[in-house]
Amino acid sequence: MSADLTQVLAFETDCHIFDGCGFPGPGLHSFLFEPLWGEAGTTSAYFNKPMLLALLGSVIIVAFFWAAFRKPKVVPGKLQMVAEAGYDFVRRGIVYETLGKKEGEKYVPFMVSLFFFVWVLNVWSIVPVAQFPVTAIIAYPAALALIVYFIWMSVTFKRHGFVGGFKNLTGYDKSLGPVLPLVMVIEFFSNVLVRPFTHAVRLFANMFAGHTLLLLFTIASWYLLNGIGIAYAGVSFIMVIVMTAFELFIQAVQAYVFVLLACSFIQGALAEHH
Amino acid sequence: MNLLVLAAETENPLVPPIPELVIGLIAFVIVFGFLAKKLLPNINKVLDERREQIEGGIEKAEAAQTEAQSVLEQYKAQLAEARHEAARLRQEALEQGTALKEELRAEGQRQREEIIAAGHAQIEADRKAASHALRQDVGKLATDLAGKLVGESLEDAARQSRTIDRFLSELEEKAEAAR
Repeated sequence: MSADLTQVLAFETDCHIFDGCGFPGPGLHSFLFEPLWGEAGTTSAYFNKPMLLALLGSVIIVAFFWAAFRKPKVVPGKLQMVAEAGYDFVRRGIVYETLGKKEGEKYVPFMVSLFFFVWVLNVWSIVPVAQFPVTAIIAYPAALALIVYFIWMSVTFKRHGFVGGFKNLTGYDKSLGPVLPLVMVIEFFSNVLVRPFTHAVRLFANMFAGHTLLLLFTIASWYLLNGIGIAYAGVSFIMVIVMTAFELFIQAVQAYVFVLLACSFIQGALAEHH
Repeated sequence: MNLLVLAAETENPLVPPIPELVIGLIAFVIVFGFLAKKLLPNINKVLDERREQIEGGIEKAEAAQTEAQSVLEQYKAQLAEARHEAARLRQEALEQGTALKEELRAEGQRQREEIIAAGHAQIEADRKAASHALRQDVGKLATDLAGKLVGESLEDAARQSRTIDRFLSELEEKAEAAR
Protein backbone atom coordinates (compact mmCIF):
# COMPACT_ATOMS: atom_id res chain seq x y z
CA MET A 1 0.00 0.00 0.00
CA SER A 2 2.61 2.46 1.04
CA ALA A 3 5.11 1.06 -1.41
CA ASP A 4 3.74 2.37 -4.66
CA LEU A 5 1.64 5.47 -4.70
CA THR A 6 2.63 6.81 -8.08
CA GLN A 7 1.99 4.38 -10.88
CA VAL A 8 -0.55 2.06 -9.33
CA LEU A 9 -3.79 1.89 -11.22
CA ALA A 10 -6.85 1.27 -9.13
CA PHE A 11 -7.44 -2.15 -10.65
CA GLU A 12 -3.97 -3.40 -9.86
CA THR A 13 -4.66 -3.54 -6.14
CA ASP A 14 -6.97 -5.96 -4.46
CA CYS A 15 -8.16 -3.40 -2.01
CA HIS A 16 -11.95 -3.21 -1.58
CA ILE A 17 -14.25 -1.63 0.96
CA PHE A 18 -14.85 -3.70 4.17
CA ASP A 19 -11.48 -5.35 3.58
CA GLY A 20 -9.93 -3.16 6.18
CA CYS A 21 -7.78 -1.17 3.80
CA GLY A 22 -8.26 2.54 3.33
CA PHE A 23 -9.52 4.25 0.19
CA PRO A 24 -6.55 4.78 -2.13
CA GLY A 25 -7.68 8.25 -3.15
CA PRO A 26 -6.01 10.23 -5.89
CA GLY A 27 -3.54 12.93 -4.98
CA LEU A 28 -0.47 14.75 -6.12
CA HIS A 29 1.24 11.41 -6.51
CA SER A 30 -1.19 10.64 -9.34
CA PHE A 31 0.55 13.31 -11.39
CA LEU A 32 4.07 12.04 -10.90
CA PHE A 33 5.51 9.49 -13.24
CA GLU A 34 8.56 7.33 -13.07
CA PRO A 35 10.89 7.49 -16.03
CA LEU A 36 9.94 4.98 -18.70
CA TRP A 37 13.45 3.62 -18.59
CA GLY A 38 16.39 4.02 -16.28
CA GLU A 39 16.43 4.52 -12.54
CA ALA A 40 14.31 7.18 -10.90
CA GLY A 41 16.19 10.05 -9.37
CA THR A 42 19.55 9.05 -10.79
CA THR A 43 19.57 11.62 -13.51
CA SER A 44 17.96 14.95 -14.22
CA ALA A 45 17.48 13.98 -17.87
CA TYR A 46 14.65 11.51 -17.86
CA PHE A 47 11.76 10.57 -20.10
CA ASN A 48 8.34 9.73 -18.70
CA LYS A 49 4.82 9.07 -19.90
CA PRO A 50 3.60 12.71 -20.15
CA MET A 51 6.65 13.57 -22.23
CA LEU A 52 5.92 10.65 -24.51
CA LEU A 53 2.29 11.78 -24.78
CA ALA A 54 3.33 15.36 -25.53
CA LEU A 55 5.62 14.28 -28.36
CA LEU A 56 3.08 11.77 -29.60
CA GLY A 57 0.49 14.56 -29.58
CA SER A 58 2.78 16.66 -31.78
CA VAL A 59 3.24 13.76 -34.14
CA ILE A 60 -0.52 13.20 -34.33
CA ILE A 61 -1.28 16.86 -35.06
CA VAL A 62 1.43 17.10 -37.69
CA ALA A 63 0.36 13.80 -39.24
CA PHE A 64 -3.26 14.86 -39.36
CA PHE A 65 -2.56 18.22 -40.98
CA TRP A 66 0.07 16.64 -43.18
CA ALA A 67 -2.49 14.18 -44.50
CA ALA A 68 -5.09 16.93 -44.91
CA PHE A 69 -3.03 19.86 -46.21
CA ARG A 70 0.02 18.34 -47.89
CA LYS A 71 -1.63 18.32 -51.27
CA PRO A 72 -4.73 20.40 -50.70
CA LYS A 73 -7.34 20.48 -53.40
CA VAL A 74 -9.63 23.28 -54.42
CA VAL A 75 -12.49 20.85 -54.13
CA PRO A 76 -11.68 19.35 -50.73
CA GLY A 77 -11.93 15.72 -49.71
CA LYS A 78 -13.43 14.66 -46.41
CA LEU A 79 -10.23 14.88 -44.39
CA GLN A 80 -9.30 18.23 -45.86
CA MET A 81 -12.78 19.52 -45.15
CA VAL A 82 -12.54 18.54 -41.48
CA ALA A 83 -9.09 20.07 -41.15
CA GLU A 84 -10.27 23.22 -42.92
CA ALA A 85 -13.17 23.48 -40.49
CA GLY A 86 -10.74 23.31 -37.54
CA TYR A 87 -8.37 25.76 -39.16
CA ASP A 88 -11.17 28.14 -40.01
CA PHE A 89 -12.58 27.90 -36.50
CA VAL A 90 -9.36 29.23 -34.98
CA ARG A 91 -8.66 31.67 -37.77
CA ARG A 92 -12.07 33.30 -38.00
CA GLY A 93 -13.61 32.33 -34.68
CA ILE A 94 -10.70 33.41 -32.50
CA VAL A 95 -7.98 35.37 -34.28
CA TYR A 96 -10.05 37.51 -36.65
CA GLU A 97 -12.62 38.10 -33.91
CA THR A 98 -10.08 39.54 -31.50
CA LEU A 99 -7.24 40.93 -33.62
CA GLY A 100 -9.04 41.68 -36.84
CA LYS A 101 -8.16 40.31 -40.25
CA LYS A 102 -5.37 42.76 -41.01
CA GLU A 103 -3.42 42.60 -37.76
CA GLY A 104 -4.38 39.03 -36.95
CA GLU A 105 -3.21 37.27 -40.14
CA LYS A 106 0.37 37.18 -38.89
CA TYR A 107 -0.58 35.30 -35.73
CA VAL A 108 -2.89 32.74 -37.34
CA PRO A 109 -0.31 29.93 -37.70
CA PHE A 110 0.82 30.35 -34.10
CA MET A 111 -2.70 30.38 -32.72
CA VAL A 112 -3.79 27.41 -34.81
CA SER A 113 -0.79 25.43 -33.60
CA LEU A 114 -1.44 26.52 -30.05
CA PHE A 115 -5.09 25.54 -30.13
CA PHE A 116 -4.58 22.08 -31.56
CA PHE A 117 -1.55 21.41 -29.40
CA VAL A 118 -3.38 22.28 -26.20
CA TRP A 119 -6.48 20.46 -27.28
CA VAL A 120 -4.73 17.22 -28.16
CA LEU A 121 -2.70 17.33 -24.95
CA ASN A 122 -5.97 17.79 -23.07
CA VAL A 123 -7.74 15.02 -24.92
CA TRP A 124 -5.09 12.49 -23.86
CA SER A 125 -7.05 12.56 -20.61
CA ILE A 126 -9.77 10.31 -21.96
CA VAL A 127 -7.88 8.34 -24.58
CA PRO A 128 -7.71 4.73 -23.38
CA VAL A 129 -4.28 3.62 -22.13
CA ALA A 130 -2.93 7.19 -22.26
CA GLN A 131 -5.59 8.52 -19.87
CA PHE A 132 -3.57 11.43 -18.64
CA PRO A 133 -3.99 15.09 -19.59
CA VAL A 134 -0.47 16.26 -20.28
CA THR A 135 -1.50 19.82 -19.52
CA ALA A 136 -2.21 18.74 -15.93
CA ILE A 137 1.53 19.07 -15.40
CA ILE A 138 2.28 22.75 -14.95
CA ALA A 139 5.42 22.63 -17.11
CA TYR A 140 3.45 22.23 -20.36
CA PRO A 141 0.98 25.09 -19.93
CA ALA A 142 3.84 27.16 -18.49
CA ALA A 143 5.98 26.57 -21.57
CA LEU A 144 3.14 27.66 -23.83
CA ALA A 145 2.24 30.63 -21.63
CA LEU A 146 5.91 31.68 -21.73
CA ILE A 147 5.96 31.69 -25.51
CA VAL A 148 2.76 33.76 -25.56
CA TYR A 149 4.28 36.08 -22.96
CA PHE A 150 7.40 36.68 -25.05
CA ILE A 151 5.37 37.36 -28.17
CA TRP A 152 3.10 39.68 -26.26
CA MET A 153 5.95 41.62 -24.69
CA SER A 154 7.90 41.95 -27.92
CA VAL A 155 4.79 43.19 -29.71
CA THR A 156 4.17 45.71 -26.93
CA PHE A 157 7.63 47.24 -27.10
CA LYS A 158 7.99 46.99 -30.85
CA ARG A 159 4.68 48.74 -31.39
CA HIS A 160 4.98 51.49 -28.80
CA GLY A 161 8.69 51.84 -28.10
CA PHE A 162 10.09 51.43 -24.60
CA VAL A 163 8.21 54.27 -22.90
CA GLY A 164 5.03 53.71 -24.86
CA GLY A 165 5.18 50.00 -24.15
CA PHE A 166 5.62 50.71 -20.48
CA LYS A 167 2.63 53.04 -20.58
CA ASN A 168 0.64 50.39 -22.42
CA LEU A 169 1.42 47.80 -19.78
CA THR A 170 0.67 50.11 -16.86
CA GLY A 171 -2.53 51.60 -18.26
CA TYR A 172 -1.02 55.09 -18.07
CA ASP A 173 -3.78 57.70 -18.22
CA LYS A 174 -3.23 61.27 -17.08
CA SER A 175 -6.91 61.92 -16.41
CA LEU A 176 -6.74 59.56 -13.44
CA GLY A 177 -4.87 62.24 -11.49
CA PRO A 178 -3.62 61.31 -8.04
CA VAL A 179 -4.81 57.70 -8.33
CA LEU A 180 -2.48 57.19 -11.30
CA PRO A 181 0.53 55.79 -9.39
CA LEU A 182 -1.67 53.26 -7.62
CA VAL A 183 -3.35 52.23 -10.90
CA MET A 184 0.02 51.93 -12.59
CA VAL A 185 1.38 49.67 -9.88
CA ILE A 186 -1.69 47.46 -9.92
CA GLU A 187 -1.83 47.32 -13.72
CA PHE A 188 1.87 46.57 -14.02
CA PHE A 189 1.59 43.84 -11.43
CA SER A 190 -1.51 42.45 -13.10
CA ASN A 191 -0.20 42.55 -16.66
CA VAL A 192 3.42 41.69 -16.32
CA LEU A 193 3.41 39.24 -13.45
CA VAL A 194 -0.04 37.82 -12.83
CA ARG A 195 -1.34 37.36 -16.37
CA PRO A 196 1.15 34.81 -17.64
CA PHE A 197 0.88 32.94 -14.36
CA THR A 198 -2.93 32.77 -14.42
CA HIS A 199 -2.82 32.01 -18.13
CA ALA A 200 -0.85 28.83 -17.45
CA VAL A 201 -2.52 27.94 -14.17
CA ARG A 202 -6.06 28.28 -15.56
CA LEU A 203 -5.38 25.49 -18.02
CA PHE A 204 -3.30 23.45 -15.63
CA ALA A 205 -5.82 23.61 -12.78
CA ASN A 206 -8.78 22.72 -14.97
CA MET A 207 -7.09 19.67 -16.34
CA PHE A 208 -5.65 18.75 -12.96
CA ALA A 209 -9.07 18.91 -11.33
CA GLY A 210 -10.72 17.05 -14.18
CA HIS A 211 -8.20 14.25 -14.01
CA THR A 212 -8.52 14.05 -10.24
CA LEU A 213 -12.30 13.76 -10.51
CA LEU A 214 -12.05 11.01 -13.09
CA LEU A 215 -9.54 9.18 -10.93
CA LEU A 216 -11.70 9.58 -7.87
CA PHE A 217 -14.74 8.00 -9.46
CA THR A 218 -12.75 5.32 -11.24
CA ILE A 219 -10.93 4.25 -8.12
CA ALA A 220 -14.16 4.37 -6.13
CA SER A 221 -15.93 2.16 -8.68
CA TRP A 222 -13.31 -0.48 -8.05
CA TYR A 223 -12.89 0.10 -4.35
CA LEU A 224 -16.64 -0.19 -3.66
CA LEU A 225 -16.98 -3.59 -5.33
CA ASN A 226 -17.66 -5.51 -2.14
CA GLY A 227 -20.92 -6.39 -0.39
CA ILE A 228 -23.46 -3.61 -0.34
CA GLY A 229 -20.86 -1.32 -1.85
CA ILE A 230 -21.51 -2.83 -5.28
CA ALA A 231 -24.65 -0.71 -5.63
CA TYR A 232 -22.62 2.41 -4.94
CA ALA A 233 -19.94 1.20 -7.33
CA GLY A 234 -22.56 1.32 -10.08
CA VAL A 235 -23.38 4.92 -9.26
CA SER A 236 -19.71 5.76 -9.20
CA PHE A 237 -19.19 4.15 -12.58
CA ILE A 238 -22.03 6.15 -14.08
CA MET A 239 -20.27 9.21 -12.74
CA VAL A 240 -17.10 8.09 -14.52
CA ILE A 241 -18.99 8.08 -17.81
CA VAL A 242 -20.65 11.41 -17.11
CA MET A 243 -17.36 13.00 -16.09
CA THR A 244 -15.63 11.60 -19.16
CA ALA A 245 -18.20 13.28 -21.39
CA PHE A 246 -17.91 16.46 -19.36
CA GLU A 247 -14.12 16.38 -19.60
CA LEU A 248 -14.36 16.07 -23.38
CA PHE A 249 -16.26 19.34 -23.33
CA ILE A 250 -13.91 21.02 -20.83
CA GLN A 251 -10.84 20.00 -22.84
CA ALA A 252 -12.11 21.84 -25.89
CA VAL A 253 -13.26 24.83 -23.87
CA GLN A 254 -9.92 25.18 -22.10
CA ALA A 255 -8.00 24.98 -25.35
CA TYR A 256 -10.31 27.66 -26.75
CA VAL A 257 -9.91 29.87 -23.67
CA PHE A 258 -6.14 29.50 -23.68
CA VAL A 259 -5.90 30.67 -27.29
CA LEU A 260 -8.52 33.36 -26.82
CA LEU A 261 -6.54 34.81 -23.91
CA ALA A 262 -3.32 34.71 -25.91
CA CYS A 263 -5.11 36.67 -28.64
CA SER A 264 -6.57 39.18 -26.22
CA PHE A 265 -3.11 39.83 -24.67
CA ILE A 266 -1.72 40.57 -28.12
CA GLN A 267 -4.75 42.67 -28.93
CA GLY A 268 -4.04 44.76 -25.81
CA ALA A 269 -0.46 45.20 -26.97
CA LEU A 270 -1.53 46.26 -30.46
CA ALA A 271 -4.16 48.69 -29.19
CA GLU A 272 -3.35 52.36 -29.46
CA HIS A 273 -2.72 53.98 -26.15
CA HIS A 274 -5.85 55.74 -24.93
CA MET B 1 9.69 4.80 -5.75
CA ASN B 2 10.13 6.35 -2.38
CA LEU B 3 11.74 9.27 -4.02
CA LEU B 4 8.60 9.98 -5.97
CA VAL B 5 6.39 9.70 -2.93
CA LEU B 6 8.72 11.99 -1.16
CA ALA B 7 8.67 14.31 -4.11
CA ALA B 8 4.89 14.26 -4.10
CA GLU B 9 4.89 15.37 -0.52
CA THR B 10 7.48 18.06 -0.88
CA GLU B 11 7.20 19.26 -4.46
CA ASN B 12 4.99 22.18 -5.32
CA PRO B 13 2.76 21.22 -8.25
CA LEU B 14 2.98 24.82 -9.51
CA VAL B 15 6.74 24.70 -9.94
CA PRO B 16 7.45 23.38 -13.40
CA PRO B 17 10.17 20.74 -13.68
CA ILE B 18 12.75 21.81 -16.23
CA PRO B 19 12.85 18.61 -18.35
CA GLU B 20 9.09 18.73 -18.87
CA LEU B 21 9.33 22.40 -19.77
CA VAL B 22 11.93 21.61 -22.43
CA ILE B 23 9.97 18.71 -23.85
CA GLY B 24 6.82 20.82 -23.92
CA LEU B 25 8.61 23.54 -25.87
CA ILE B 26 10.10 21.02 -28.28
CA ALA B 27 6.74 19.37 -28.86
CA PHE B 28 5.08 22.69 -29.55
CA VAL B 29 7.86 23.88 -31.84
CA ILE B 30 7.47 20.70 -33.89
CA VAL B 31 3.78 21.42 -34.38
CA PHE B 32 4.32 25.11 -35.06
CA GLY B 33 7.18 24.47 -37.47
CA PHE B 34 5.22 22.10 -39.66
CA LEU B 35 2.03 24.10 -39.61
CA ALA B 36 3.52 27.56 -40.05
CA LYS B 37 6.20 26.72 -42.60
CA LYS B 38 4.46 24.25 -44.83
CA LEU B 39 0.94 23.14 -44.18
CA LEU B 40 -0.91 26.38 -43.48
CA PRO B 41 0.66 28.28 -46.40
CA ASN B 42 -0.39 25.30 -48.53
CA ILE B 43 -3.98 25.49 -47.49
CA ASN B 44 -4.07 29.28 -47.64
CA LYS B 45 -3.00 29.15 -51.26
CA VAL B 46 -5.75 26.69 -52.05
CA LEU B 47 -8.35 28.68 -50.12
CA ASP B 48 -7.44 31.81 -52.09
CA GLU B 49 -7.58 29.83 -55.30
CA ARG B 50 -10.98 28.49 -54.35
CA ARG B 51 -12.31 31.94 -53.57
CA GLU B 52 -11.05 33.21 -56.90
CA GLN B 53 -12.65 30.30 -58.69
CA ILE B 54 -15.95 30.88 -56.95
CA GLU B 55 -15.85 34.56 -57.79
CA GLY B 56 -14.89 33.72 -61.38
CA GLY B 57 -17.70 31.19 -61.51
CA ILE B 58 -20.19 33.76 -60.31
CA GLU B 59 -19.01 36.23 -62.92
CA LYS B 60 -19.24 33.58 -65.61
CA ALA B 61 -22.72 32.66 -64.52
CA GLU B 62 -23.79 36.29 -64.59
CA ALA B 63 -22.40 36.71 -68.11
CA ALA B 64 -24.19 33.58 -69.24
CA GLN B 65 -27.40 34.82 -67.76
CA THR B 66 -27.20 38.17 -69.54
CA GLU B 67 -26.45 36.40 -72.77
CA ALA B 68 -29.36 34.04 -72.31
CA GLN B 69 -31.60 37.00 -71.59
CA SER B 70 -30.56 38.80 -74.76
CA VAL B 71 -30.98 35.64 -76.83
CA LEU B 72 -34.41 35.14 -75.37
CA GLU B 73 -35.39 38.67 -76.26
CA GLN B 74 -34.04 38.19 -79.75
CA TYR B 75 -36.07 35.03 -80.17
CA LYS B 76 -39.16 36.71 -78.88
CA ALA B 77 -38.72 39.53 -81.38
CA GLN B 78 -38.16 37.06 -84.19
CA LEU B 79 -41.21 35.10 -83.17
CA ALA B 80 -43.37 38.22 -83.13
CA GLU B 81 -42.03 39.19 -86.53
CA ALA B 82 -42.79 35.74 -87.91
CA ARG B 83 -46.31 35.88 -86.53
CA HIS B 84 -46.81 39.27 -88.11
CA GLU B 85 -45.49 38.00 -91.42
CA ALA B 86 -47.78 34.98 -91.31
CA ALA B 87 -50.79 37.17 -90.65
CA ARG B 88 -49.82 39.42 -93.54
CA LEU B 89 -49.41 36.46 -95.91
CA ARG B 90 -52.76 35.04 -94.88
CA GLN B 91 -54.45 38.35 -95.53
CA GLU B 92 -52.77 38.65 -98.88
CA ALA B 93 -53.78 35.13 -99.87
CA LEU B 94 -57.34 35.84 -98.86
CA GLU B 95 -57.39 38.96 -100.97
CA GLN B 96 -55.83 37.20 -103.91
CA GLY B 97 -58.31 34.35 -103.63
CA THR B 98 -61.24 36.73 -103.59
CA ALA B 99 -59.92 38.55 -106.65
CA LEU B 100 -59.37 35.30 -108.48
CA LYS B 101 -62.87 34.11 -107.70
CA GLU B 102 -64.30 37.37 -108.93
CA GLU B 103 -62.31 37.14 -112.14
CA LEU B 104 -63.32 33.55 -112.78
CA ARG B 105 -66.95 34.38 -112.22
CA ALA B 106 -66.76 37.29 -114.69
CA GLU B 107 -65.05 35.07 -117.23
CA GLY B 108 -67.73 32.38 -116.87
CA GLN B 109 -70.44 34.96 -117.29
CA ARG B 110 -68.83 36.26 -120.44
CA GLN B 111 -68.40 32.81 -121.93
CA ARG B 112 -72.00 31.93 -121.18
CA GLU B 113 -73.23 35.06 -122.88
CA GLU B 114 -71.03 34.36 -125.87
CA ILE B 115 -72.37 30.84 -126.17
CA ILE B 116 -75.94 32.06 -125.89
CA ALA B 117 -75.34 34.73 -128.55
CA ALA B 118 -73.73 32.17 -130.86
CA GLY B 119 -76.68 29.87 -130.37
CA HIS B 120 -79.12 32.62 -131.19
CA ALA B 121 -77.27 33.49 -134.40
CA GLN B 122 -77.15 29.86 -135.42
CA ILE B 123 -80.85 29.46 -134.81
CA GLU B 124 -81.59 32.63 -136.84
CA ALA B 125 -79.46 31.44 -139.76
CA ASP B 126 -81.06 28.00 -139.69
CA ARG B 127 -84.49 29.53 -139.55
CA LYS B 128 -83.67 31.75 -142.52
CA ALA B 129 -82.27 28.85 -144.55
CA ALA B 130 -85.27 26.69 -143.66
CA SER B 131 -87.64 29.53 -144.53
CA HIS B 132 -85.86 30.03 -147.85
CA ALA B 133 -85.96 26.31 -148.73
CA LEU B 134 -89.53 26.00 -147.61
CA ARG B 135 -90.52 29.00 -149.73
CA GLN B 136 -88.91 27.41 -152.82
CA ASP B 137 -90.43 24.01 -152.17
CA VAL B 138 -93.88 25.39 -151.40
CA GLY B 139 -93.65 27.67 -154.50
CA LYS B 140 -92.63 24.72 -156.66
CA LEU B 141 -95.31 22.47 -155.28
CA ALA B 142 -97.91 25.23 -155.68
CA THR B 143 -96.92 26.00 -159.27
CA ASP B 144 -96.77 22.34 -160.08
CA LEU B 145 -100.21 21.93 -158.67
CA ALA B 146 -101.54 25.08 -160.35
CA GLY B 147 -99.93 24.04 -163.62
CA LYS B 148 -101.68 20.76 -163.52
CA LEU B 149 -104.94 22.52 -162.81
CA VAL B 150 -104.66 25.31 -165.45
CA GLY B 151 -102.39 23.80 -168.04
CA GLU B 152 -98.90 24.63 -168.99
CA SER B 153 -99.39 28.37 -169.21
CA LEU B 154 -97.80 29.06 -166.06
CA GLU B 155 -94.46 27.56 -166.87
CA ASP B 156 -92.79 30.83 -167.61
CA ALA B 157 -90.27 31.00 -164.89
CA ALA B 158 -90.22 34.68 -164.42
CA ARG B 159 -93.90 34.97 -164.07
CA GLN B 160 -93.92 32.01 -161.89
CA SER B 161 -91.40 33.47 -159.52
CA ARG B 162 -93.13 36.75 -159.23
CA THR B 163 -96.48 35.19 -158.57
CA ILE B 164 -95.05 32.86 -155.95
CA ASP B 165 -93.26 35.68 -154.17
CA ARG B 166 -96.36 37.75 -154.13
CA PHE B 167 -98.34 34.84 -152.81
CA LEU B 168 -95.90 34.08 -150.10
CA SER B 169 -95.65 37.68 -149.07
CA GLU B 170 -99.38 37.71 -148.75
CA LEU B 171 -99.15 34.59 -146.62
CA GLU B 172 -96.55 36.18 -144.41
CA GLU B 173 -98.57 39.28 -144.05
CA LYS B 174 -101.54 37.20 -143.04
CA ALA B 175 -99.46 35.29 -140.57
CA GLU B 176 -98.16 38.47 -139.09
CA ALA B 177 -101.65 39.92 -138.91
CA ALA B 178 -102.83 36.80 -137.19
CA ARG B 179 -100.15 36.99 -134.59
